[in-house]
Amino acid sequence: MIKKLTLSAATALALSAGSALASEGGHVHDVAFSFEGPFGKFDQNQLQRGLKVFTEVCSACHGLKFVPLRTLSDEGGPALPEEQMRAYASQWEVFDPELDDYRPAIPTDKFPENTGVGAPDLSLMAKARAGFHGPYGTGLSQLFNGIGGPEYIASILTGYEEPPACAPEDFDGYYNTAFAPGGYPDSCKIYDEHGVEIGRMAPGSWIGMAPPLSGEDVEFDDGHSNELHHEAVDVASFLMWTAEPKMMARQRAGFIGALFLVLLSVLLYLTNKKIWTPVKKKAKSS
Amino acid sequence: MSGIPHDHYEPKTGIEKWLHARLPIVGMVYDTIMIPTPKNLNWMWIWGIVLAFCLALQIATGIVLAMHYTPHVSLAFASVEHIMRDVNGGHMLRYIHANGASLFFVAVYLHIFRGLYYGSYKAPREVTWIIGMLIYLAMMGTAFMGYVLPWGQMSFWGATVITGLFGAIPLIGESIQTWLLGGPAVDNYTLNRFFSLHYLLPFVIAALVAVHIWAFHHTGNNNPTGVEVRRGSKAEAEKDTLPFWPYFVIKDFFALAVVLVAFFAIVGFMPNFLGHPDNYIEANPLATPAHIVPEWYFLPFYAILRAFTSEVWAVQFVSFITFGIVNAKFFGVLAMFGSIIAMALAPWLDTSSVRSGKYRPMFKWWFALLAIDFVVLMWVGAQPTTFPYDWISLIGATYWFAYFFVILPLLGVIEKPLAQPATIEDDFNAHYGKGGTDGAAAQSTPAE
Repeated sequence: MIKKLTLSAATALALSAGSALASEGGHVHDVAFSFEGPFGKFDQNQLQRGLKVFTEVCSACHGLKFVPLRTLSDEGGPALPEEQMRAYASQWEVFDPELDDYRPAIPTDKFPENTGVGAPDLSLMAKARAGFHGPYGTGLSQLFNGIGGPEYIASILTGYEEPPACAPEDFDGYYNTAFAPGGYPDSCKIYDEHGVEIGRMAPGSWIGMAPPLSGEDVEFDDGHSNELHHEAVDVASFLMWTAEPKMMARQRAGFIGALFLVLLSVLLYLTNKKIWTPVKKKAKSS
Repeated sequence: MSGIPHDHYEPKTGIEKWLHARLPIVGMVYDTIMIPTPKNLNWMWIWGIVLAFCLALQIATGIVLAMHYTPHVSLAFASVEHIMRDVNGGHMLRYIHANGASLFFVAVYLHIFRGLYYGSYKAPREVTWIIGMLIYLAMMGTAFMGYVLPWGQMSFWGATVITGLFGAIPLIGESIQTWLLGGPAVDNYTLNRFFSLHYLLPFVIAALVAVHIWAFHHTGNNNPTGVEVRRGSKAEAEKDTLPFWPYFVIKDFFALAVVLVAFFAIVGFMPNFLGHPDNYIEANPLATPAHIVPEWYFLPFYAILRAFTSEVWAVQFVSFITFGIVNAKFFGVLAMFGSIIAMALAPWLDTSSVRSGKYRPMFKWWFALLAIDFVVLMWVGAQPTTFPYDWISLIGATYWFAYFFVILPLLGVIEKPLAQPATIEDDFNAHYGKGGTDGAAAQSTPAE
């Protein structure tokens, strides 16, 4: 087991060895999302746009099996009007074990699972990936802006590039500058004189998913720009909501909780001071 | 050593007398709440209340979470998402419970290091100390099993690695591992027994806490000077002490409220900062995560576990003289458990006649180094096992043992302690007589 641990730790190092040399395996860039920070809020229009990107593009291969369709109407989320949410839900087919058949989804159903091509479920993807470790690898951004999953998703979606010249033409997958754990051709690795890998010529690695977005894939109802970058950020934002639908309620609870506790602290401080003052005065006079 | 003399409960009304004659429970509560407490306690003496609060918080939130959680490999992960999405306030309950574990360990480490600095473990408080160590062990077991319950990738692989440690014990190891897991590998039977034990252990901890409090209420609290409360008469004792209520209850509650401000900010604004993203991926026995890391509070001991590889000469030597029974893997496991046993043995390893580190000029520095060592080990426990981290963890682990088994025994012999105040009253008066005004600002908080 220890050996296994050592091995996995070594693998991890190999994966992150680039951090010093190239850019920590995958290059994740910072995105200023509206929901970051203690007072951040989801942008309702952005979530609706992201929902559209998911529905028209991502859902071909990915599911959202933990997300109930009814929550699309929830306050603080995409907040679709009730009617619209019902209409949206009925577009999906779900398997009903009681009917032993497929039927149109109703609001209490969840988004269907999609395991067709083995693509991971996206319900929690924005919390299952750590992203932007900056600034300067300090992780301070994670302290204030969350663990960085949405940045990671946006970076993957915009990270497709022409493969570097060092790679063989027929290398399996698609070159992505943000994706770290994928395949990597030996011809792009840098070795020291002992044949130990000490770095990589290009960031990222090769991913199985073909570029899902190329820009202008969907028409947004609110007329927002549908350039690649905007689509990527919108869907990343939507996936943060699917992963943490209660974020705004949580932040509010945290803020109110902390505020009341500050108040309580002040009162207790004054009480404490009052009961100890005579004791300390006595000590002073002795 | 008998208790500190103080006023006891006197039943006054008829009903009080009636009850007191049959069950002196009011008297017991009264004596507990009004216990004479050294009046010079500083701000490092607040962690006990924080810990008691954590235990209550974890039990309260945990009971509700258990109402909505399903301990089954195919349903556990989804039931946690059900809690996060459908249960009223479920997301807060779960985040409070998950981060509550971290608060619990922050508090317990500060509490333990407080004890190590001020010599709280020394006679006559060895039993309090040993029970404290048992509580700490039970906490680690509870936290570890709790982390398995969401059935994410780190849950599964953490359980696999940690139970694998027991497999390193020669001869009986594999049987123990199978017994812990309930089968050959981490599976549904493991999840079920971990859930059951995760629910049970906090109540064991609660019972141990009661004994812990009982023990130090019998001996009296230690205090920053390490000088005992005078017990000749009630009047004499009252010069050194104040009743727990209201003086220390209010002080501790104030400290607790301040700690909780930070706690609520973490729960509200960054509840996943101390977790691991991989635990939001459902457990998959076929896919090993790239990097299996325990929760932060296990990292110092995890670093000690990993420090002793087969390249270390001490490991090779032990392996040689035991005919290979104690191999590097088993050595690491022994070292990890040994590092906690070393702490538990502190009362007998420390030979100094002076209790408080305040009056021990050499000890102070070695202790500071131990605190730094602990932080370094915590950091290096999350690093890979390659150079230079392997050396850092080896040096860190070696110092941990050296502190308890070499430095503590030797210091008592070679160190010249400073003069201690004759009484707690003298210390208190010296402190506030020199124009110290308010407790919060004036009292120092060493050993942090």
